[in-house]
Amino acid sequence: MEELSAAESDRTDDTGGAGAVPAEDAVIATRALTKRYRGGQLAVDGLDLTVPAGSVFGFLGPNGSGKTTTIRMLMGLIEPTSGTARVLGRPMPRATRAVLPQVGALIEGPALYGFLSGRDNLMRYDAADPTADPRTRRTRVADALDRVGLTAAAGKKAKAYSLGMKQRLGLAAALLQSRRLLVLDEPTNGLDPQGMREIRALVRELASDGTTVFLSSHLLDEIEQVCTHAAVMAQGRLVVQGAVADLAAGARGRLVVTTPDPGDAARVLKEQGVADLVVTETGVTAEPPDRELAELNAALVTAGVRVRGFGVERASLEDAFVALTGEGFDVAG
Amino acid sequence: MSRAEAVPGPDTRPDLGEAVAAPAGATRSPGLLWTFGLFRSELATTFRRWRTIALLGVLAAVPILVGVAIRIETSDGSAAGGGGEGPAFISQVTNNGLFLVFTALAATLPFFLPMAIGVIAGDAIAGEANAGTLRYLLVAPAGRTRLLLTKYATTMTFCLVATLVVAVSALTVGALLFPLGDLTTISGTRISFAEGLGRALFIALVVAASLVGVAALGLFVSTLTNSGIAAMATTVGLLITVQILDQIPQLHALQPYFFSHYWLSFADLMREPVYWDDLVRNLGLQGLYAAVFGSAAWARFAAKDITV
Ligand SMILES: Nc1ncnc2c1ncn2[C@@H]1O[C@H](COP(=O)(O)OP(=O)(O)OP(=O)(O)O)[C@@H](O)[C@H]1O
Ligand SMILES: [Mg+2]
Repeated sequence: MEELSAAESDRTDDTGGAGAVPAEDAVIATRALTKRYRGGQLAVDGLDLTVPAGSVFGFLGPNGSGKTTTIRMLMGLIEPTSGTARVLGRPMPRATRAVLPQVGALIEGPALYGFLSGRDNLMRYDAADPTADPRTRRTRVADALDRVGLTAAAGKKAKAYSLGMKQRLGLAAALLQSRRLLVLDEPTNGLDPQGMREIRALVRELASDGTTVFLSSHLLDEIEQVCTHAAVMAQGRLVVQGAVADLAAGARGRLVVTTPDPGDAARVLKEQGVADLVVTETGVTAEPPDRELAELNAALVTAGVRVRGFGVERASLEDAFVALTGEGFDVAG
Repeated sequence: MSRAEAVPGPDTRPDLGEAVAAPAGATRSPGLLWTFGLFRSELATTFRRWRTIALLGVLAAVPILVGVAIRIETSDGSAAGGGGEGPAFISQVTNNGLFLVFTALAATLPFFLPMAIGVIAGDAIAGEANAGTLRYLLVAPAGRTRLLLTKYATTMTFCLVATLVVAVSALTVGALLFPLGDLTTISGTRISFAEGLGRALFIALVVAASLVGVAALGLFVSTLTNSGIAAMATTVGLLITVQILDQIPQLHALQPYFFSHYWLSFADLMREPVYWDDLVRNLGLQGLYAAVFGSAAWARFAAKDITV
């Protein structure tokens, strides 16, 4: 186990790449965190991750990019090959007993005792937590079941649950106590659209109560809808992290002109000094210039171009991702 | 004590500022009872398994089969166990049903009982790993040492329950099919039925304690793999191997270290006075196995990467 040297515990600037967040506000802070599996696979490579308190943090990356491996290290399930991980200010995996009661986790899908009812599964997981008060166990289990909409199916054996019901029960296990941090590894896996909406609503609700939510996913729009911050992994390395708004702003939007006269429009825009023109069937797209856009529109109209639509389309996180990595969202071999 | 106050109830969510300002992981001392919640849950989970019930059912059936077989064999008036074959005490059963308890324990101790223990112990960690529930127990956080101790305590409880199931089933069948009364010890002295009952209970406890070594071995194997079936099969395989090796005369120098070597010494409790030497050796050997394989299991499990 990595011993924390005195110098290291005095260190205050272990914020890694983000820089903006002071270490004491970071709910998760890793430094050069690395995991090489016994087979030799380098799954996580020098990760500097900083998750600010109160954020909904999206942890993005294609399949096999090291998201689950990182989460396993944060939860003390596997030992890092090198580097350090701090959760709620304490080193992991050394401080698991102090940290984990305040953390709810869903890791690589739910795991249940098929021969126990949904309720009894939660009773068992709650009994495993030495800080959980047995006197409030029943009510807390009932509350957690209610929160994920499983009250009606609580008495059913877990082996008779559908995939989405199992996922909900796994979430309920993470919500047995009030938590400071929720770590959810692909929480909407297997859920129907209604279930996905419910989970998003639940995440927002928890976040508004002050719980920090760390959410891994490979669904970009899911992250975009609920997350305040995000980090992108590719092949075990951190590509970028920061506020979602900043990330999306990093990739510039496109100027889109919808017109039945794309040829004329392109000519006028070129005269106006607009770069990267692409003529499409419905109009022209281009890199938005730094000048006042209304002038461009006026120039188009003055030149007799019939303009149906004019504006800048906001860059999505996906655009940002492609812009940052210069590649698609594919599994690396 | 102060536990209830230290744990925020479901509706008393600490507000963020306070939560962040609080020293991360304000460790609550879980007190003396810290592990019992998990132990109780573990017991309930184990004994609600269909597989556990089936194992206990098989163990309960053995004395019934033995009792009925003796009854049928001796219905013509001949002595049971003819030329001294069969498990110890079998020839005495027709005189006194209480001897069926000793016969049944002698019949199940070499294989049925340790096999049942091997299944429960082998599945203890590996089964949870296989189902993925291990990671959720550990992030709960059950604590690796606490979880392992709980698993071992549960396995030993199962040893006791399994032995008692055999004994109680044998006593019931013995009482139904044969006369009860004062009994003769191996040394030829007479003891009262009440004292005989007391010795039967003591023997059952010794038999349960004889299984402590297999339980530790099974638990260690269970930490080595993520497949419950593989761990069970390995433990039962080891059990059979050791039993066979214990029969090979050329290995007599090693045999005193086989966990099964002194198992049948429990019969010495039916001597007058009791012959303690082998009984003590047996219990010492079980303690040694528990210490060695218990430590090995802990060393392995405490450092294990949980990737399932
Ligand atoms: N137990 C293991 N032993 C060896 N290599 C592993 C193990 N688990 C994962 N890996 C490898 O580590 C890399 C990262 O895997 P990881 O499960 O962390 O990815 P992920 O980002 O969670 O992917 P996904 O989106 O598919 O869940 C992959 O290349 C994978 O093959
Ligand atoms: Mg994963």
